[in-house]
Amino acid sequence: MTFFNKMMLSAIAMTGVSTVASAQEAMTIDQKVNETFAAVTGPFVSLIFAPIPGTSFPWIVMWLVIAASIFTIYFGFVQFRFFGHAIGLVKGDYSDPNDAGEVSHFQALATALSGTVGLGNIAGVAVAVGIGGPGATFWMILAGLLGMASKFTECTLGVKYRNEYEDGTVSGGPMYYISKGFKELGLPGGKFLAIMFSIFCILGALGGGNMFQANQAHAQISGIVGDYPGWITGIIFAAVVFAVIVGGIKSIANVTEKVVPFMGILYVGAALIILLVNYDKIGWAFGQIFAGAFTGLGVAGGFVGALIQGFKRAAFSNEAGVGSAAIAHSAVRTKEPITEGFVSLLEPLIDTVVICTMTALVITISQQLIVDPATGLYVLNEAGSSIATVNDVSGVALTSAAFGSAIGWFPYVLAIAVVLFAFSTMISWSYYGLKSWTYLFGEGKNSELTFKIIFCIFIVIGAAASLGPVIDFSDAAIFAMAVVNIFCLYFLMGLVKKELHSYASRLQAGEIRKFKH
Amino acid sequence: MTTKLVVGLDGHGSGERAVAYAERLAKLIGDCELVIVYVVEWSPYSFQTAEENAQRHKRREEEISTATQRVIDPAVSKVQASGVKATGKVRHGDVASILMAVAEEEKAEQIVVSRSSEGGFAKRIFGSATSNLVMHASVPVTVVN
Repeated sequence: MTFFNKMMLSAIAMTGVSTVASAQEAMTIDQKVNETFAAVTGPFVSLIFAPIPGTSFPWIVMWLVIAASIFTIYFGFVQFRFFGHAIGLVKGDYSDPNDAGEVSHFQALATALSGTVGLGNIAGVAVAVGIGGPGATFWMILAGLLGMASKFTECTLGVKYRNEYEDGTVSGGPMYYISKGFKELGLPGGKFLAIMFSIFCILGALGGGNMFQANQAHAQISGIVGDYPGWITGIIFAAVVFAVIVGGIKSIANVTEKVVPFMGILYVGAALIILLVNYDKIGWAFGQIFAGAFTGLGVAGGFVGALIQGFKRAAFSNEAGVGSAAIAHSAVRTKEPITEGFVSLLEPLIDTVVICTMTALVITISQQLIVDPATGLYVLNEAGSSIATVNDVSGVALTSAAFGSAIGWFPYVLAIAVVLFAFSTMISWSYYGLKSWTYLFGEGKNSELTFKIIFCIFIVIGAAASLGPVIDFSDAAIFAMAVVNIFCLYFLMGLVKKELHSYASRLQAGEIRKFKH
Repeated sequence: MTTKLVVGLDGHGSGERAVAYAERLAKLIGDCELVIVYVVEWSPYSFQTAEENAQRHKRREEEISTATQRVIDPAVSKVQASGVKATGKVRHGDVASILMAVAEEEKAEQIVVSRSSEGGFAKRIFGSATSNLVMHASVPVTVVN
C-alpha cells in the first residue's frame, strides 16, 4: 500500500519539478516526464504482467479469461439466456411509470458506456491488431462474449450493496459490495480487500481513465496540426477537466454527454460504410482474423501473441471484471438489483463485439499492415515487436490512417471524436476514482478537491509521456483492479446466483410483468 | 358519480387561464373534481454523467417538492377556496403522454390545457405538447387561449 502511495507521490513531485522548467526546453520536458514515469511505474507493471512460470503468457490475462468463463458457466450462459430480457429492460418495458424521473436502465447503461466506449475501441484495438495481427480480433470477440458474464456479476452486486444516503444520493461499487458482502457471509478481510480495490481504482483512474486518454488525444491532434510538445495539450485538457469536475461547469459536461453518443454513431456509421464499399474484402478479412487467431500469421509470439493482445485489449476496452462499471451502474434505483446486471451485460457486447470488431475490420481491410507477398505473413518492424505499417504508425494513428485511406477527410472527424471520447472517459473515470478516494479518505470538500487536483496533474503527465510507458501503466493499474475484484467475486457469486434463481422463477411465473406492451 | 377533469399546468401564466376555465366548467357540471397536473419534462433516454445519476433521486425529490409548493399547492387551494373539489399531482415524463395517462387513470371526462407558451423554431420542428395531446388523447381536449 505504502509502496504505491510513494510511487504516486514521487510521480506527482516529478511533474511539479518538470513543469516549472523553461518552455524552451519543451522536448526535454516531455522526455524527462517520460523517463521518470517509465522508471517509477516499471516494477508495478512487471508484477502485473509477469508471465506464468515457464511460459510467455501473462498470468493476469489468464486470470480474466478464466473468471469470465467460470461466471459464464456458473450462471448458465446468462449472457445468452437473458439477452432479450436485457433489451426489454433497456427499452423500459419493465419500468414502473411511477418511478419516472429516477435514473433509467437506459441512462445507467449509456453512462457506463460513455466511460468504456472511447479510446480503447479506437486506439486500443489498433494496438492489439498492430502487435497481434488481425487474429487478435477473434480472441477479442471471445473475451467480449465471456466478459458479459463478469459484468453481469459485478453490476448486480454493485446495485445490491450500494450505500444510500439520507439526502437521497448513492455511492456504490466494488469497495462497497466487497466490504458489505464479506460481512454478510461472515468472511474476514472484506475491509482490507475493499481498501486494496480502492487504491487500484485510483491508479486505474489516473492511468487508463486519464493518462492513456490524454496521450492518445495528443497523438491524434499533433498528427493533424503537426508535432508540438505534449504538455501543451495536457494543460489545455487539464484546464477543461478542472473546469468541469472542480468548477462544476455543467454545460461542458452536458454538451459532451450529448455529442459523444452521436460521435459513437458516426464512428460506427463510417466503419459500416467502409465495410460496405469494400464488401468483397470482408470475407478475406474474416479469413485473416480466423487464420491469424490460430497461427498468428507471422506476428511476434505467434498465435499466443495474438491471443494475449486480443484478451488484453478486450479487457481494457470493456472493463469486464475490472469493477469500474459496478460504480457507474449502481446509481439506478430499482427494487431488483439483478435487472441492472442484465442491462450491464449488453456493455461488452456493444463495446467489444460490435465496435472493436468494426475497428479491427477496417484496419485489416485498409491493408495498413504490411504483408510479405511471397509468404502471406505479416512483416515485423525493425524492433520485431509489432507489425510494420504503411507509415510506421501505431495506436490511434493507425486507426486514423485506416479510416483515412477510405474516407480522406475522416481523420479530422476522428480527431474530434478522439478528443471528445477522451474527455468523456476522463470525466467518467474521475468519478470512479473519486468514489474510491472518498471511500478511503471520507467524503468532504477538501478530500474531494485533493483528488480532483491530482487527477488534473496526471492529464499533463499522460499527454507528455510516450505511448509505451503510458499504456503499460494504464493496463497494469486497470488489471490490478481486476485482481482484487475478481478474487472477491468468487466469494460473492453465490449471492448473485440466489438473486438470479429468485428473479428467473418470478419472471417465469409472470410475477414480473411488463408495464408497456 | 363525480365527473373528473384533468388540468395541465406548465407553471406559466397561461396555465392559470386553464385552471380558471376548468373551475368554471366544474361549477356548471356541479359534482365535479379537478385533477391539476404539473409535468416535469424528463426522458428516460437522455444522457447523463455518473455524478448526475448518483444525485438523480435527490434531484427528483427536489423537483417534485418545488413544483408542488410553487405551482400545484397554490392552484389547488385557489380552486378549493372557490368551492370546487381539487387534487394535485406532479409527474415526470413527456407532457402529452403523462396528461393522457392521468386522464385514463382517473377516468376523466376531458383534459383542459392552455395553449402552449413555447413557440418559434423548436415548436415548428417538434410540435408542441398541446398539439401532441390534441392529436392523440383518448378523451376530449379543451385548449384555452
